[in-house]
Amino acid sequence: MTARRLPLGGEIERARPLRFTFDGKVIEGFVGDTLASALLASGRQVLGRSFKYRRPRGLFGAGVEEPNICADVTEGAAFRPNQRVTTEPARDGLVLRSASTAPDAERDRTGFIDLFARFIPSGFYYKTFMFPDWHLFEPRIRAMAGLGRVDPAKTGPVGDQVNHFCDALVIGAGPVGLAAARMLAGAGKSVVLADDGSRPGGSLLYREAEIDGMPGADWLAETLAQLAGLGVTILPRTTAFGLYDHGLVALNQRHEDGRADTLWRVRPERIVLAAGAIERPLPFSMNDLPGIMSAQAGLSYLRRQAVLPGANIVVAANNSTGAGVARAMAEAGARVTLVDRRPDTAPLSGIACHAGRSIDRALGRKAVQGVVLDDGTEITCDCLLVSGGFTPTIHLYAQAKGRLAWDETRLAFLPGDPVPGLTVIGGAAGQFTLGEAFATLPAALGLEGAPTAAPSSYAITPAWPEPGRKGRIWIDYQHDVTAKDVELAARENFTSVEHLKRYTTLGMATDQGKTSNLNGLALMGALTGREIPEVGTTTYRPPFTPVPYTSLAGLRGGERMNPLRRLALEGRHRALGAAMGEYGGWLRPVHYGEDDAAILAEAKMARATVGLFDASPLGKIEVIGPDAADFLDFIYYNTVSTLKPGGCRYGFILAESGVVYDDGVLVRLDEHRFVVSCSSSHVAGVHAMLEEWRQDRFPARRIFIHNATAGTATITVTGPEARAAIRAAGIAADLDDAAFPHMTTRPGRHGDTPLRLTRVSFTGDRSYELSIRQDLAPGLWDALDGAARALGGGPIGIEAVMILRAEKGYIVIGKDSDGMTRPMDLGLAGPLRSKKAEFIGKRSLLQEEAQRPDRNQLVGLQPADGGGLLPVGAHGLDLSGAAPRSIGYVTSSYPGAGHDGPVALALIERGASRHGEVIELHHLGSRRRARITAPCAFDPKGDRLNG
Amino acid sequence: MQIFSCPFCGPRPEYEFHFGGDLGNHRPEGFDAVPDQKWADYLYFRNNPKGMAREVWMHLTCGEMFSMTRDTVTMEAAPGEALAEGQP
Amino acid sequence: MTRHYSALSLVKEGLKGQKGWAPAWTSPQPKPRYDMVIVGGGGHGLATAYYLAKTHGITNVAVIEKGWLGGGNTGRNTTVVRSNYFFPESVRLYDMALKLYEGLSRELNYNIMLSQRGMISLAHTPAEMEMAARVVNAMQINGTDAELFGPGDVKRVLPVYNFGPKARYPALGGVWQGRSGTARHDAVAWGYARAASALGVDILQQCEVQEFLIEGGRCRGVKTSRGEIRADRVGLAVAGHSSQMAAKAGFRLPVTSYALQACVSEPVKPILDTVVLSPGAGTYASQSDKGEMVVGGGLDRIPSYGQRGNLPVLETVISGLVEMFPSFRQLKLMRQWAGIVDVAPDSSPIIGESPLPGLFLNCGWGTGGFKAIPAGGTLLAHLLATGQHHDISRPFDLDRFARGRLIDEAAGSGIAH
Repeated sequence: MTARRLPLGGEIERARPLRFTFDGKVIEGFVGDTLASALLASGRQVLGRSFKYRRPRGLFGAGVEEPNICADVTEGAAFRPNQRVTTEPARDGLVLRSASTAPDAERDRTGFIDLFARFIPSGFYYKTFMFPDWHLFEPRIRAMAGLGRVDPAKTGPVGDQVNHFCDALVIGAGPVGLAAARMLAGAGKSVVLADDGSRPGGSLLYREAEIDGMPGADWLAETLAQLAGLGVTILPRTTAFGLYDHGLVALNQRHEDGRADTLWRVRPERIVLAAGAIERPLPFSMNDLPGIMSAQAGLSYLRRQAVLPGANIVVAANNSTGAGVARAMAEAGARVTLVDRRPDTAPLSGIACHAGRSIDRALGRKAVQGVVLDDGTEITCDCLLVSGGFTPTIHLYAQAKGRLAWDETRLAFLPGDPVPGLTVIGGAAGQFTLGEAFATLPAALGLEGAPTAAPSSYAITPAWPEPGRKGRIWIDYQHDVTAKDVELAARENFTSVEHLKRYTTLGMATDQGKTSNLNGLALMGALTGREIPEVGTTTYRPPFTPVPYTSLAGLRGGERMNPLRRLALEGRHRALGAAMGEYGGWLRPVHYGEDDAAILAEAKMARATVGLFDASPLGKIEVIGPDAADFLDFIYYNTVSTLKPGGCRYGFILAESGVVYDDGVLVRLDEHRFVVSCSSSHVAGVHAMLEEWRQDRFPARRIFIHNATAGTATITVTGPEARAAIRAAGIAADLDDAAFPHMTTRPGRHGDTPLRLTRVSFTGDRSYELSIRQDLAPGLWDALDGAARALGGGPIGIEAVMILRAEKGYIVIGKDSDGMTRPMDLGLAGPLRSKKAEFIGKRSLLQEEAQRPDRNQLVGLQPADGGGLLPVGAHGLDLSGAAPRSIGYVTSSYPGAGHDGPVALALIERGASRHGEVIELHHLGSRRRARITAPCAFDPKGDRLNG
Repeated sequence: MQIFSCPFCGPRPEYEFHFGGDLGNHRPEGFDAVPDQKWADYLYFRNNPKGMAREVWMHLTCGEMFSMTRDTVTMEAAPGEALAEGQP
Repeated sequence: MTRHYSALSLVKEGLKGQKGWAPAWTSPQPKPRYDMVIVGGGGHGLATAYYLAKTHGITNVAVIEKGWLGGGNTGRNTTVVRSNYFFPESVRLYDMALKLYEGLSRELNYNIMLSQRGMISLAHTPAEMEMAARVVNAMQINGTDAELFGPGDVKRVLPVYNFGPKARYPALGGVWQGRSGTARHDAVAWGYARAASALGVDILQQCEVQEFLIEGGRCRGVKTSRGEIRADRVGLAVAGHSSQMAAKAGFRLPVTSYALQACVSEPVKPILDTVVLSPGAGTYASQSDKGEMVVGGGLDRIPSYGQRGNLPVLETVISGLVEMFPSFRQLKLMRQWAGIVDVAPDSSPIIGESPLPGLFLNCGWGTGGFKAIPAGGTLLAHLLATGQHHDISRPFDLDRFARGRLIDEAAGSGIAH
């Protein structure tokens, strides 16, 4: 209970107090607090538990690097698990639960596990839990793992997404990033300046500086005003988490008011990385105790939120930044001792100083109570601020495949080779003093106008974990990876840095090893006789910090997710009470009325009188030009050039592999104009295929391809009364069978509107497809609907059409064919024998596979066991061998509408030559018997086409 | 999101494009005279280069095919070039 | 030194500070000659070496790895194991793998954490339900476990699924395989490496194959960054880099390399108990024992050797997942990565002798390599040891392309694997 809020200072707004709860206890703070600073000021030290050994933990950091503390946060209806308390602003009314503790962080019941730590080192689970079986142990381990919980009742808010282009994106709004943004904007560039802190300023918000002769705070205020004047977009609370192909930077923006985060996709001409550096811990025994904190984090809490982290503070460092922190803590009223590993460190007045010394171990159980130095000196304290040097934040540079170079004087990996379009400056480039960083700016940016800073220096001496040291030295806090675990990994030959990471899980926690990685690989180097650069680093992968799924998903969801295509006549269908369903990416009428008993009734109605069907999704691709006929001869399996103008022909389009890709009716409007009609789900594919072959094989500018599908609505009128319905609807066309026979197309009119009538049939009955400009379709529909009803007919949904076509043996590609079906399997062998012209897939039809005799062929099936409908997906069985063998499957099955009784289609091995044979079917463990028939079960002679 | 440059439409996002295969994968003509393996070479066997690749792409939005030189490791892509007439 | 793994040895070692453990595998210097050399120290390569030694008694074997063992796709996948395939050839292959997985922890004395939590491949429309029935029946006939799930079954195994009226992907049911699940991917590589090393196999890491030694039209070994290594037979198990190695050997393969992405969330308490796949949403997911949501999707559409994730696919995959499980919007992405997979035109593997005699192939696994590791190793070992196909690998020979006899799961089942 030693950290406390100072009465004055900081950026908090003392006039605006707030309260939230943490593990049920009320925490008081002010606007301007982070959750972490308010928790720290409350004097609570144990704020969480480590992942594996369940050790008590307190805050280590003050920003994105925080390895220890996260909480599940409830705010009104919103719930967010695993929130890092150091980056979240405190807000009134929040309810925090420390992650994965029971009953709370302080008294967690699983803390006893630490007593068994020696038996469960890294990778222990690979060595045990094998007998009797892993399944026995797994549930308990699962229950204990995991941090926060997901609240299944809460769907969470929806995040926004923003696309943005700019000349320059500056990542990091510390002094160097601010200066770079000012220089770039001053040169007329459009600049976005993003920073993951709550406000721009970076280290100027808590570290003393003198820039251009003024105090850092004044320079900051002046620079921010200038940036505003220059139109720079400043994004605070925004973390650049990924640098992707072609220079795309992804950023996640958090909001002060707690609404869902926003994903920014920014494509800058140039990226300036000024993300600073992260302080490393020092390796000594029990260095994970609550109260042990990054020195810079301690300084940040002191200066920004006026929280003095202890009354009796030891500052331990291996570099020159320790002294400044010690001085600040002393000035704020703490008793301070500085332990500096560098022997030449200068004494500070009023501060006890141990030069050339380091900490051997920390004392205390649930909080640090003292330290023992390497010379045996014991110092009592309630807070230990540590600095083990700085690791430049070059994540994005490394994501861009930049090569890291080890710098022996700064003890850090720095950017090596330049990455085009990416400039690394400031602390991220290892320039740990402002003077040095500013001085290199003009060269780095190619611009003048860099500020100057009072000269200072940075010095560091190594303080890496050493092999064989006694005690428990934490390398990775969250995952409880200690120096002994790294030693174990080395002993077992997990010496590559990636093996080290995966075996020990070092750096794989939610903080992704921001504070731990370098200490880990330094130790591995020492254990294996390698220098740090020889050990190398693991691959840097996005994201730099965890990104909410809601940012990544954005508005996608429900009907905004892979949106369905909608019919021009959807309003008419809905008005008629249609049940709508998804078919091939379109939302179509399944049947009309609530009850799906309507399906068979609709089919029977169409057989008896007339049915009206919205066939608009059917593809209509126009092929126009003097070479169009030759071109389509190549495209189609069938010969089409012999087709007369005004005629239609059914045919297949194959893939080059010989498989039937699509089927449909080709219409020849005139000598040089065709309409390729294709399955609704294949329109884009057929269109691309036509374009591909046109450009590949045919002279330019003699064939033009136009996809008219979206602009055209098609209404099919089918049934014995189809012609009467069209006449009654007032459509002007010569409908006399002699002038307009089956498989021809004729122009017509509906009032003033031209339309095209095509006599093709997917039902076996007399049918007309009426194609019209889609925006004029409702009028046509109304006229036909009225006429059809007067004749005892009406609209029918897609499922009724499925019945009508199935009992005729007409196939649906992809349902009654599969990705292996060749045209001969569907009974169309003629063109392969007789067609002289080259066509797509021809050569493949000669392959052994296409010609083998035991292929699955299209057949009809009738129940032969007295049962009802045969189940779709049931397999035919060959029971002659030792084990049953599949000989194909049922692809369609319906009650007949014209046919009396069930009908089914199937692909059955050698089926074409087995008509009459009875086979066994397997379906979900049960058996059926069925007789193989011809595919067509109704009106095999086709009399009804002209009936 | 990668940005490819269609020679007719300029730079456009990757989802508007379709990969069409190796440049110069000629279709063997002559039907039954083509040996099985030669046909399979055309249909299935690929250069699949690591590094510089010469490929055919289609810009689905305008329907035009073009050639593009691309690095399959760094993903750098040169602007697409219109195919000469008759060039597959 | 302690070599055997057990709870007891952990306790004993715990009392001694864990200081007595033997190296999991040795790191020997390359010998100039081996009976067999396997190029590629991933799961398939290591398993091949293990089965050569274990099943065929051939221990003078080297596994040559350019980087670090298990560092390719073996360490980059989403750890799913399953055999829910359509064709008898595929079921035989993947069920062989699954059965071997079921005994692998004990066989290797290494806990690979096989977790048979079951997998549901969802169907969202009546047409997809029909296709699911076709697949389930095929699996049952082919002798592996499968059930056709209805909506109630889905609700039981996926209680937090989006069953709302506006769900884009309503769950009508799907294909359930109870023996599917996950296994710890690194442990598979390490377990095989440790067991192979113990049987005398040399694992040569940081050893890059520069060219093949070809004499008299036969492959006689490899030239590597650590010297020439001769061998009677050479096996190739390098996944996404198969085309590169084939080019060195003078032939082309029917494969294209693509990046396959995956990602994990921050760990949370158990909320997803099975492996779930939605072909419609383009997403599949499982929750690891640690609590991370392990999520994957389809291939990137652009051929690639870039072993890194990108944004559009990530957004698509995550969007699909949160549409399926709206409360998962609370999760956070923690790591994203990609592996390079070699995809054959029929998405089935290629196992057999290459056009260069003496060089044997194990490639073309595409997105399905991890689940097949024990079978891939067994079959390549059989080929190397005997020069003959195992019955199970014969249909997957390279000659199927010229014959046109592809084994295309998507073509048969309508579900891409």
